[in-house]
Amino acid sequence: MTARLTWSDAATLIQRLGSVIGLALLFIALSIMSPDFLSAGNLLTVLRQVSINALIAFGMTFVILAGGIDLSVGAILALSGAIGAGLMAAGYSMWLAVAAALGLGALLGVVNGVLVSWGRVAPFIATLGTMTLIRGLTLVYTDGRPISVTNNAFALLGDGYVAHLIPIPVVLMFVVFAVFAFLLRGTVFGRHVIAIGGNEEASRLSGVRIAPMKLAIYGVSGLASAFAGIVLTSRLHSAQATAGAGYELDAIAAVVLGGTSLSGGRGWLFGTLIGALLIGFLNNGLNLLGVSSFYQLVVKGIVILIAVLLDRR
Amino acid sequence: MRKLALIVAASLLAACSQQGPGESSTASSSTAGGAPASGTPTIGLALSTQDNPFFVELKDGAQKAAKDANVSLVVVDAQNDPARQISSVEDLIQKRVSVILLNPTDSSALAGAVQSANRANIPVITLDRAVDGADVASHIASDNIAGGKMAADFLASKLNGKGNIIELQGVAGTSAARDRGKGFDDQIAKTPGLKIVAQQPANFDRAQGMSVSENLLQANSNVQAVFAQNDEMALGAVRALDGAKRGNVLIVGFDGTPAGKDAVQSGSMAATVAQQPGDIGRLGVETAKKLIDKQPVEKTIAVPLKLLTKDAP
Repeated sequence: MTARLTWSDAATLIQRLGSVIGLALLFIALSIMSPDFLSAGNLLTVLRQVSINALIAFGMTFVILAGGIDLSVGAILALSGAIGAGLMAAGYSMWLAVAAALGLGALLGVVNGVLVSWGRVAPFIATLGTMTLIRGLTLVYTDGRPISVTNNAFALLGDGYVAHLIPIPVVLMFVVFAVFAFLLRGTVFGRHVIAIGGNEEASRLSGVRIAPMKLAIYGVSGLASAFAGIVLTSRLHSAQATAGAGYELDAIAAVVLGGTSLSGGRGWLFGTLIGALLIGFLNNGLNLLGVSSFYQLVVKGIVILIAVLLDRR
Repeated sequence: MRKLALIVAASLLAACSQQGPGESSTASSSTAGGAPASGTPTIGLALSTQDNPFFVELKDGAQKAAKDANVSLVVVDAQNDPARQISSVEDLIQKRVSVILLNPTDSSALAGAVQSANRANIPVITLDRAVDGADVASHIASDNIAGGKMAADFLASKLNGKGNIIELQGVAGTSAARDRGKGFDDQIAKTPGLKIVAQQPANFDRAQGMSVSENLLQANSNVQAVFAQNDEMALGAVRALDGAKRGNVLIVGFDGTPAGKDAVQSGSMAATVAQQPGDIGRLGVETAKKLIDKQPVEKTIAVPLKLLTKDAP
């Protein structure tokens, strides 16, 4: 922190506070409008609903901070979940299945990184290609059918509670948040992510090795998506061939709503958590108020547009 | 420090369970039916999608019945995503609706959500599709056996009790294919002059309906009628018979989709056995009302079908 607050700092601060203020206002409004909103049960339910999107969005934050985008996250979620469920259905242990799914997710992310760095393909196009490819592979592997999971210990990951109160996906979400926040703020890797997003050429000239960094950044995103895939598979008691369709957009929306700049270099992980909560509370609140799902999409779109307009500076 | 972390982790693990807050088996059941304390009772309707006219009609039927019965109806829509449907069912539980009408996106993924509702003392009625592995108060769906019988009776009268028939079957193992086939086959067997000369699966698909019909027509030149277990396959058979210049063969489909009804009107199909989604929605609300009034309900309710022909649309 420098002693003098520059204009840029002030703008960043307003933007960051914007998402927090937005969430607070939404929270207050919903508490007044719906008698069912403000209860521990409902708030914990929303946190659990949010956890899948938040996990993906945490990984997406790294990619967007570094000036990229990852459209393949929903597809990686589906394939990792399917492979994990398939291994368990074939009689392998839960831990092996989870490890294989996480490893696969990270590997697929690294493939994205290779395409973007050494392949010099624009991230949007590269991950659009891998998204389609991975969706296809998921359909091939599952034959378009859901793969049921009967492992009770595995079901706890999505359905279970800690101390009869806090849903396990919520605990996992906060653990991943803590680890990723440390990675971003407390390590050289994190500083380099932000440096690349701020000015890739300058950071290359100052000695940051861009290509391996991008492999790692997209790898983190793939890993987070696979983790979300495991939790989702556990919640659904099955891996669905079409799971996670459109989740990339929800994750990007959470990152942007949280105040991270789509052009990279500026942002924070806490904002992404706030952004995911905003989307989650919006969905939950509109459902509690009995608003038609058609209007829900309209409202969500308007909220995202406002956030993007605020991002323009 | 590491020891402390281990202890914390171990106690967290030990505290993991499948039971959440307020879900313990000793929880008070004084709010039986989960009904809110005052006002008109609220029924929740969780739809799989509104992209398909079938489900929109189902919703319209439910809304009309809710108005007539003076109950309020909250509709949530999963947009065909099982994870979204679980979330919206949770929202309905938090809203403490009296009964949940569930039109599942998928038979395997929703079991957990139904169990959660049951733990919160909210009965669930499934519409159109069933849920595996969870208790529901009632299941309401079309009477497919009776529908198959209707198709057989129609052909028997049109062919004056004499003729050879080809049957196009749906996806093997689905309840729709099984019941429609059983109703049709059993009824045909009662008319000695009628004979099913060939039956093969075309998986509810129009393209497969065409190619399977082509093959069967090659093998069986003396055919007077085709019964397809859904309209899509029937429309495939229409193409095959057009190609073979066999305009005099009667084709009967199933479902009463808009395309099927059009084909009946234009005369390319002789009839379709139409489902009545509006009635499914209406019966859903009426059955839910009975549950609220503490009246007994049937475990399964079969909704009648309607034979549509050019003369009786």
